Amino acid sequence: MADPRVIVVGAGPAGIRAAAALVEAGLVPTVIDEASRSGGQIYRRQPENFTRSYEQLYGTEARKARALHTCFDALRHRIDYRPETLAWAVKDGRLHVQSGMTAEALPYDALVLAPGATDRMMPIPGWTRPGCYSLGASQIALKAQACAIGEKVVFMGTGPLLYLVACQYMKAGNAPVAVLDTTPFHRQLRGLALMAARPGQLVKGARLIAALRAGGVRVVRGITPREVTGGEAGVTGVRYADAAGRTFHVECTAVGIGFHLRAESQLADLAGCVFAFDPAVRQWLPAIDAMGRSSVANVYLAGDGVRVLGADGAETSGKLAAQAVLADLGRPQPEDRTRRLLRDMERHVRFARGVARAFPWPHDKVAAIPDETLVCRCEAITAGELRAAVTALEAPEVNRAKAFSRVGMGRCQGRFCGLASQEIVAAACRLPVEKAGRLRGQAPVKPLPIAVTDGGSHA
Amino acid sequence: MRNVSGQADVVIVGGGIVGTSAAFFLRQRGVGVILLERFLVGQQASGTNFGNVRRQGRYLRQLPLANRSRAIWGRIPELTGADVEFMPVGHVRFLWADEQLAVVEKYQRDAAEYGLELHILGRNAIRERFPFIGPEAVAGSWSPHDGHANPRLVAPAFARAARRDGATIVENCEVLSIDRTGEDFTVATASGDYRAPIVLIAGGAWGGGFAAAMGEPVPLDVAGPQMGVTEPLPYFVHPVVGVSTKVPGEVAYLRQIPRGNIIFGGIARRNAALDEQRAKYDPAGVQAQFRQILRLVPALKHARLIRTWSGVEGYMADDLPVMGRSAKIPGLFYAFGFCGHGFQIGPGVGDVMAELIATGATTTPMEDFRIDRFGGSVPVRAHAP
Ligand SMILES: Cc1cc2nc3c(=O)[nH]c(=O)nc-3n(C[C@H](O)[C@H](O)[C@H](O)COP(=O)(O)OP(=O)(O)OC[C@H]3O[C@@H](n4cnc5c(N)ncnc54)[C@H](O)[C@@H]3O)c2cc1C
Ligand SMILES: Cc1cc2nc3c(=O)[nH]c(=O)nc-3n(C[C@H](O)[C@H](O)[C@H](O)COP(=O)(O)OP(=O)(O)OC[C@H]3O[C@@H](n4cnc5c(N)ncnc54)[C@H](O)[C@@H]3O)c2cc1C
Repeated sequence: MADPRVIVVGAGPAGIRAAAALVEAGLVPTVIDEASRSGGQIYRRQPENFTRSYEQLYGTEARKARALHTCFDALRHRIDYRPETLAWAVKDGRLHVQSGMTAEALPYDALVLAPGATDRMMPIPGWTRPGCYSLGASQIALKAQACAIGEKVVFMGTGPLLYLVACQYMKAGNAPVAVLDTTPFHRQLRGLALMAARPGQLVKGARLIAALRAGGVRVVRGITPREVTGGEAGVTGVRYADAAGRTFHVECTAVGIGFHLRAESQLADLAGCVFAFDPAVRQWLPAIDAMGRSSVANVYLAGDGVRVLGADGAETSGKLAAQAVLADLGRPQPEDRTRRLLRDMERHVRFARGVARAFPWPHDKVAAIPDETLVCRCEAITAGELRAAVTALEAPEVNRAKAFSRVGMGRCQGRFCGLASQEIVAAACRLPVEKAGRLRGQAPVKPLPIAVTDGGSHA
Repeated sequence: MRNVSGQADVVIVGGGIVGTSAAFFLRQRGVGVILLERFLVGQQASGTNFGNVRRQGRYLRQLPLANRSRAIWGRIPELTGADVEFMPVGHVRFLWADEQLAVVEKYQRDAAEYGLELHILGRNAIRERFPFIGPEAVAGSWSPHDGHANPRLVAPAFARAARRDGATIVENCEVLSIDRTGEDFTVATASGDYRAPIVLIAGGAWGGGFAAAMGEPVPLDVAGPQMGVTEPLPYFVHPVVGVSTKVPGEVAYLRQIPRGNIIFGGIARRNAALDEQRAKYDPAGVQAQFRQILRLVPALKHARLIRTWSGVEGYMADDLPVMGRSAKIPGLFYAFGFCGHGFQIGPGVGDVMAELIATGATTTPMEDFRIDRFGGSVPVRAHAP
């Protein structure tokens, strides 16, 4: 039998660890990543000509970052690595990829999808003004380009990344003016018991907040975002209400917004994987077994692209997925190793549950955004227009509301507005969000140039 | 005894553009209607199609119906109260080969007899009029009064208007069987039986299954044309654009909406399955489509594709739909199998079927579309190139 063809999408912690385990078992996997350098989101490498140290770049995570990069560098010539390559569709055992102006279809015996996560965004009046960024983009600006998104920055949203990015800005000498968290303090305590599954992480999180306070950064919790103020020229500030309903305005020149993360699950969707609603994070996620097998034979899912567990969980899940691939290819793995990984995984899952509980998606606030708020940036559709698709045009669920209103039909294909629009439609339908349908994914995952030429396929 | 969930003069099976517009026009004539739709109205072919409201190129003897439908398209806002983004911007078919000129010229002459105005434009005229056209085009056939509309909006608009006018529209209600019991039909669904002396089968690609169950099998294939849309670009392609060619690999079409996106299709028609709620898109064909789209509008070489989809359509062996009364069972009517052209004529079909059901006759000739025309053997394709 010819060597099995295994493709890994994503060269982040999950994809790299999966690829390493496959190489160790004697396979030569193909590793696809749209980025130009390996490392993924958290361990993103700086451009070639930058020379900041690991400690400067990754702080407390420097050791892990170095370990992962070293691991990948050792693999590089033992795999078919394709950077700057987008996986844009999956169909009938072929992964469709595009690189530059060439497109091709790669057949596979096993496919490991590890495409990571993106920021979860809440539309807020004014959030499309120049000077508004996602938390992720704020961090990338710092990591990749060593620059801040603005001089006077406010970070707003909820989730661990909110405090992490704020601290990273402070360390870089650009302390934010304020950190505005939609989650009330007492709510954050509710996740503690579960987060204790990873005491180290918990302590790191507490230190971040303490450091911000010590650095004189105003941290306000339990807020409701009202508006990003400003004009065509940019942001002038943020208006928010505190828990008591009093309104405040903080002046700033840039805002970083994010509400924890959402899994990039579109490739799994296109592959035909069954999804289930996860009430803890209020997202539809692909169903997997403990090893990462999806409902589709020979499609395996790992990392934040299937459920957000964080970087360490991503590494473990990548190893597990590779073990599942190998076992299914008739190359069983040492049982004690699998057991260890599964135990480790349980801790990550518990911790992630805690994080989800401590930093909930403020879905009631999302559902209540004013009618004139732009929900879909790509197609310029407001919350009012989306609600009218339900009320005037009688859409009973999200896909129909999308068909009528065009929300989620633009360049981003709902990757940024999808979760918010589900909440808005569900509320307008007076249905729990899990009863209001799941937005279906459509290829391409990201825009595909029309001028691509056929690079053939490896048959 | 099963419970009877509803009773009316007519039960319509299927809520595509045909079923919903038939419901609407039956109500206009005061006929009581219940429409049963398995999913949501207009979710299948009627909601996923390319949106071409095109008469040019149709089977000639279908033109009277297409003209009747075209008149309705212009009145949809007034009839239903909804804007379905119908834009009568014209439809142009370009030619890649001089030999094809004779074909379009003959069609122009023949179509004129049915009142369809077409203009044949030469090499220079097409460039003057349609500056976006690629260098290979040798001529064009221009139909000034055709256009395009937003398919996602049309069947739901007819359904809302029909309901407003007193029709009962039942969604998420799959018809399991149809039986003639005495004077009435019993239409069985999971949520109870519906009764009526008249049944109209408007089940799209699924119509063939119903016809077979009623003892009138017809040759019907199921396929899914492949569609795509680009990111928004400046609005520069105003008419609907197609190709007149004998080469199947050259068939391509596109249209631009004022917000800038270019919607396209052609060539690839993948197999679809009736048991799938949604026809799957197959990325394998997209590059062949891109090549033909770029031949038509080379300026698209910088554009990017943002979304793809397909839909389930029924194709008859002779490329003509089945429309009219059953040849065997009194009270039973059919309108299905629209072979990729049913969006434009859909509202006209609804209107003519309502006329036939309410008056027993039609003012538009419908002879060619009889269900018994196959009579056991499969005839040659009658569709104009
Ligand atoms: C903006 C952002 C910032 C974050 N910052 C932190 C942080 O500071 N600390 C922390 O603990 N966690 C952070 N996280 C969470 C962290 O990303 C993850 O826990 C970890 O990186 C997940 O690893 P992964 O391998 O699953 O995915 P990733 O590391 O995200 O890697 C996925 C890779 O897949 C590639 N990819 C995705 N889709 C495709 C496609 N269609 N075709 C080809 N390639 C594709 C991407 O280019 C990427 O390299 C952040 C997440 C985001 C979104
Ligand atoms: C991708 C694509 C592109 C096209 N482009 C064009 C174009 O540009 N111009 C044009 O004129 N035509 C076009 N067509 C063709 C056109 O869309 C169809 O001919 C037309 O929509 C058919 O309408 P219909 O109502 O007969 O069928 P449908 O819209 O398919 O409606 C049939 C309905 O019956 C329902 N049904 C089926 N079985 C049952 C059951 N057991 N119980 C209850 N309900 C049931 C279905 O759910 C469906 O809603 C295209 C078709 C496709 C798929």
